[in-house]
Amino acid sequence: MKYVDEFRDPRLIKQASEEIRRLTDPSRHYRIMEVCGGHTHAIYRFALADLLPPNIELVHGPGCPVCVLPMGRIDEGLSLVEQERAILATFGDVMRVPGRHGSPLEHQARGADIRMVYSPLDALRLAQDHPDREVVFFAIGFETTAPSTALTLRRARELGVSNFSVFSNHVTIVPAIRAILDSPDMRLDGFIGPGHVSTVIGARPYAFIARDYGKPVVISGFEPLDLLQSIVMILRQLGAGRAVVENQYGRAVPWDGSLPALRALADVFELRPYFEWRGLGFISQSALKLRPEYAPWDAEARFAVAGVQITDPKAAQCGEVLKGVLKPHQCKLFGRECTPEQPVGALMVSSEGACAAYFNYVHRRTAAASV
Amino acid sequence: MTLLAAAPTTRFADRQIDMAHGAGGKASRRLVEGLIVPALMAASVGDPLSDAAYVTLGDTRLAFTTDSFVVRPLRFAGGSIGDLAVNGTVNDLAAGGAVPIALLCSVIVEAGTPTDILNAEMEAMGAAADRARVRIVGGDTKVVEHGKADGLYITTSGIGRVDPRAALSPASVRPGDRIIVTGPIGDHGITVLLARGDIDLAADLRSDTRSVYPFAAALLDEVAADLRWMRDPTRGGLATSLNELARDCGLSMVLDEERVPVRDEVRGACELLGLDPLHIANEGQLIAVVAGGSADRALESLRRVPGGESAAIVGRVEAAPARTVLAVAAYGGTRVVDMLVGDPLPRIC
Amino acid sequence: MCLAIPGRIVDIPAGGHLATVEVSKVRRTINIDLLEPPPAAGEWVLIHVGFAMSRISADEAAEQLRLLAMLGEDAQAMAELDGYQFGDAAEKGSS
Repeated sequence: MKYVDEFRDPRLIKQASEEIRRLTDPSRHYRIMEVCGGHTHAIYRFALADLLPPNIELVHGPGCPVCVLPMGRIDEGLSLVEQERAILATFGDVMRVPGRHGSPLEHQARGADIRMVYSPLDALRLAQDHPDREVVFFAIGFETTAPSTALTLRRARELGVSNFSVFSNHVTIVPAIRAILDSPDMRLDGFIGPGHVSTVIGARPYAFIARDYGKPVVISGFEPLDLLQSIVMILRQLGAGRAVVENQYGRAVPWDGSLPALRALADVFELRPYFEWRGLGFISQSALKLRPEYAPWDAEARFAVAGVQITDPKAAQCGEVLKGVLKPHQCKLFGRECTPEQPVGALMVSSEGACAAYFNYVHRRTAAASV
Repeated sequence: MTLLAAAPTTRFADRQIDMAHGAGGKASRRLVEGLIVPALMAASVGDPLSDAAYVTLGDTRLAFTTDSFVVRPLRFAGGSIGDLAVNGTVNDLAAGGAVPIALLCSVIVEAGTPTDILNAEMEAMGAAADRARVRIVGGDTKVVEHGKADGLYITTSGIGRVDPRAALSPASVRPGDRIIVTGPIGDHGITVLLARGDIDLAADLRSDTRSVYPFAAALLDEVAADLRWMRDPTRGGLATSLNELARDCGLSMVLDEERVPVRDEVRGACELLGLDPLHIANEGQLIAVVAGGSADRALESLRRVPGGESAAIVGRVEAAPARTVLAVAAYGGTRVVDMLVGDPLPRIC
Repeated sequence: MCLAIPGRIVDIPAGGHLATVEVSKVRRTINIDLLEPPPAAGEWVLIHVGFAMSRISADEAAEQLRLLAMLGEDAQAMAELDGYQFGDAAEKGSS
């Protein structure tokens, strides 16, 4: 596959890995956070830790939109199915996330009309195909995905599709990064910046990380060579005592982001005053809701949504894992009460969740090795 | 697949039965081990799972197996539920080292199903049975109310005569053994996914449904004494079958990622959907574990079978880490390949 | 977040919103409204949830691979990597 295979070249990977070794100071312990859940997944899928020296620690950040979704939002979405006889459409990522009375998949097994879609446009099409039913699209994602929801809403409005609405759980990345930086538990040396979010927002929004907090940021692609090259770039900055924003993913990320995408966001969405993030608590200006002009397509405006705040079980340490304070296996429930089969929190369900990634790709190997 | 259980077993504690319990992954295994086996086969609790059950009658060893076929849509590129129903049971017998002799076929039809559809599937089954050189000797038909059966459910039960040369068991697997597959993986699962029409993906792909008996026969002819274990990987993919073997024999299955044959189309669809080909269903492949010294001869014998041109040695058995399947990338990165809980779900994140 | 895959545009039917992309012999219909100007057949784009997010630059990709090939070989690579600094980009006058 073009633009994929070249960035998995074994010879270049070996070279990059050696360069990383060359650049690391053996007396120093480096803590680099990859913000984006897709990077977490890539790191595990490609076993990149095997290619790094032991004194580079990759800390998993909160950029997994399913992981940070509080359980209450799942329940609210599910309640609309019953309440409004609605069809709930959502991505595969959401299907296994536990709600108070089961995941969407379990609700579907009990007869709830929940459909998995691959694009918000699929949900709109469902509404057009079923004019007698309400179709609610349970939207998740950071700025990568929000423009697609925005364009879909524009289309719904243009076409006058009145039985379609969006339950928006879109969140923005910068406030989450700021919350991490301001957290007293945090000691990070640099950031691997989210590659696909940046195709929309560009590189400028991260400037404050380098300028105000003195941490290097390198926006990275998702192939092994992208991540390794980004780590090289971070190490070079650290070695030189510099802190700037760099764009390693230049082949796909424009410095200024995507004007059409930003315009679509501005047309359709506005920032909520605050939104609850699992693990990070309430963060102001961190999530998107539909603007008043789009109220007829806003599930929260059209339907009475209970607004229940349901927290994770006390013993679950999702928040600390999300912030990178704890590694997945350090959570008291990991591998015992909380496994991919019986997940307590979304981090164990989402393919980007640090806990699921660790459990599926690493845990059994280290557990078996210690037997 | 017929069922026995691997120790230790915990009681099945889920409140309800969900789709995941039928997907062939961890949830399925928990249901079988924790509820069904203790209830029906208490004496067998602790025995490893196998594709067929064995019964000895005098000098003859017989293999018995049963399987149900549920697929939507009923027809897809490369075949239909009728093909799966015949080939699936034939393949379980073949993987169990048996020559398939006869099938019984039980059909549940949803009221309102056009006769043409039932007719087409009966014809498909007849044709598949002819190709597989197996006889359908009886069966049963039931009709259920509209809305209850996705059109058609078929269960086939098969009987075969175990080849006396076959000495297959997880216990015979050794470090140094090689893992061989008969062809590209993931064709069936992706074909069916695309056939559902829920996603706007198009590819020139067909289900790989076919009898794998010729492959099993070739292996028994060529390397019987060194043939440790076979399985036809279906739902849950190569990953699930190898994980089951790893758990049953206590050893490690180490895959060479580059060597696992995957068609470009399957790879493309998996990348787009965020799926792993190792977890995608197959319906016409065999995995064989063969002693290291005989692996090349075994591979050649498979490649001589029509349809076996892409057969490949894809990995080896190692002593550690125990009960684990690993995949090693071309550049050396090694990841664990686990069984999924339920069906693989496409992702956008 | 964000599974996004590179694909090549193979067809743009009349109407303007949609295009057919090909990824490893698999074709998918996607929406191209996020790209300005609209793409042409033969271009490579990044695909996410049925939308083209951005164009993929062959030149940048080639340049990146060139730098990777040079890693550890000489100090010039270091200087060039430094040249991607955000501060310099601002000075170059990009608004």
